[in-house]
Amino acid sequence: MSEQATSTPHAISVRGVSKTYKGGFQALKSVDLDIRRGEIFALLGPNGAGKTTLISIICGIVKPSHGTVTADGHDVLRDYRATRMRIGLVPQELSTDAFETVWAAVRFSRGLFGRSRNDKHIEKVLRDLSLWDKKDAKIMTLSGGMKRRVLIAKALAHEPSILFLDEPTAGVDVELRHDMWNMVRALRDTGVTVILTTHYIDEAEEMADRVGVITRGELILVEEKDVLMRKLGKKQLAISLQAPMQTLPEGLGEYALELADDGATLLYTFDVKSEDTGIAVLLRKLGDRGVDFKDLHTLESSLEDIFVNLVRGTP
Amino acid sequence: MNIPAIHAIYRFEMARTFRTLTQSIVSPVLSTSLYFVVFGAAIGSRMGDIGGTSYGAFIIPGLIMLSLLNESISNASFGIYLPKWSGTIYELLSAPVSPFEAVLGYVGAASTKSVLLGALILLTARFFVPYHIIHPIWMIAFLLLTAVTFSLFGFIIGLWADDFQKLQVIPLMVVTPLTFLGGAFYSIGMLPPFWQKAALFNPVVYLISGFRWSFYGQSDVNVVVSVGMTMVFLLLCAMAVAWIFRSGYKLRA
Repeated sequence: MSEQATSTPHAISVRGVSKTYKGGFQALKSVDLDIRRGEIFALLGPNGAGKTTLISIICGIVKPSHGTVTADGHDVLRDYRATRMRIGLVPQELSTDAFETVWAAVRFSRGLFGRSRNDKHIEKVLRDLSLWDKKDAKIMTLSGGMKRRVLIAKALAHEPSILFLDEPTAGVDVELRHDMWNMVRALRDTGVTVILTTHYIDEAEEMADRVGVITRGELILVEEKDVLMRKLGKKQLAISLQAPMQTLPEGLGEYALELADDGATLLYTFDVKSEDTGIAVLLRKLGDRGVDFKDLHTLESSLEDIFVNLVRGTP
Repeated sequence: MNIPAIHAIYRFEMARTFRTLTQSIVSPVLSTSLYFVVFGAAIGSRMGDIGGTSYGAFIIPGLIMLSLLNESISNASFGIYLPKWSGTIYELLSAPVSPFEAVLGYVGAASTKSVLLGALILLTARFFVPYHIIHPIWMIAFLLLTAVTFSLFGFIIGLWADDFQKLQVIPLMVVTPLTFLGGAFYSIGMLPPFWQKAALFNPVVYLISGFRWSFYGQSDVNVVVSVGMTMVFLLLCAMAVAWIFRSGYKLRA
């Protein structure tokens, strides 16, 4: 690794990147983004938001209209050899060499990225991805999930320090999704920076250190996942009532209360950042008004709720 | 220079050839052998010599050239079109591979296949027609030069094509007619004066003429002109490929 590479704190730096395709469609609008070395970064966004375009620009497949991108301090256009050797890409589409064997396809990838032959490394990658038994099988004979693993194996064949996973678990079963999550965590533990785009919010919630939300070509938010959930998430106290109510009790207008489940549940939304949630006083006041309850539990916003609110909130 | 990448592409392409041996090698050798049987052994025995060479022997360079041109174009165009069609081109575009290295890998493999095929056809011809080669070094040089030039041309077609039909249009509608009309089966000198002059606009004439000269020392056009025209076409193809990669035409959005 060069001196420049080790001195920069970011694995990827995107500065003012815009992309307008030939037809005039603007896929990205002056995007700035820094990906920290060794983190798992989830890029969320609805279809057509610009996720794949951004990844494709960083990986050299699409040319930016404006702006610069560096990987480990190297410009992806001027110093493409240095950057591309560091980057592995698992594309969204299941694009495979159907007539090749798994082994041949993965070995080809390693060579293509300038690495000398290393059968031991390829064996390790295939074993880690539970593909070793299929190494001599033609890719066309594999299931969709197995093909996805082959794509990951190809991306890891040249030992990249930055891995892009574009919708890695699209169309794979639950078991394989969990296997992949474990694999991504294991990669991160070895120092690999992982950037993933996903439609599955639970995937980002489960794995990501930081989350970026992109919509209509604009990066509207980048935040630590936990901070984001604290900042934008809301908590609710769900009070299961002994007897259903038709209307909210009087004199409690200062509390954000609402009725749910046909009046069987009273929901109180409170600020997680506030030192005094007001729960104790509310419960006392409910008791004073003769409102009995049989159960209490809190509800927390999921990342999905936050994401939907963010995307809907943009013009 | 990314040598492992060139090697990987080359090996990958060659592996495809050996995986589809019947289609890649056996079929063109067999079909060319039929020409030798029909035009060489059967009809050729009833035809007179051309410039002191038996008709069966006369058509050997033209037939090899016919296969060489078609196979070079077909191998190279298919080699680069297939990843475009299957979507695996993303890997080449995101790899630390320069355009020159990619061309070396793909065109190198396509040329190798074509030269192998040409050599096999030449060996096969020995079973049907006696022949000799006066300038073997020049014969190999023409074989290599033509294979590389038309593999480059095929590479351009593969980059340009966006469906399988387009992949076939140029070889079937342009190259094969030009080869048939380029003196594969006759000497340009046998044509009426007007068509002799018109034939000079056919680039394949220069290839066949030069190649035939390396066999029998006789040519329709000066051999220096043949070499020059082949080099010009090679240069044009190389420039076109360089422009395609630089501009990203049909490759990078």
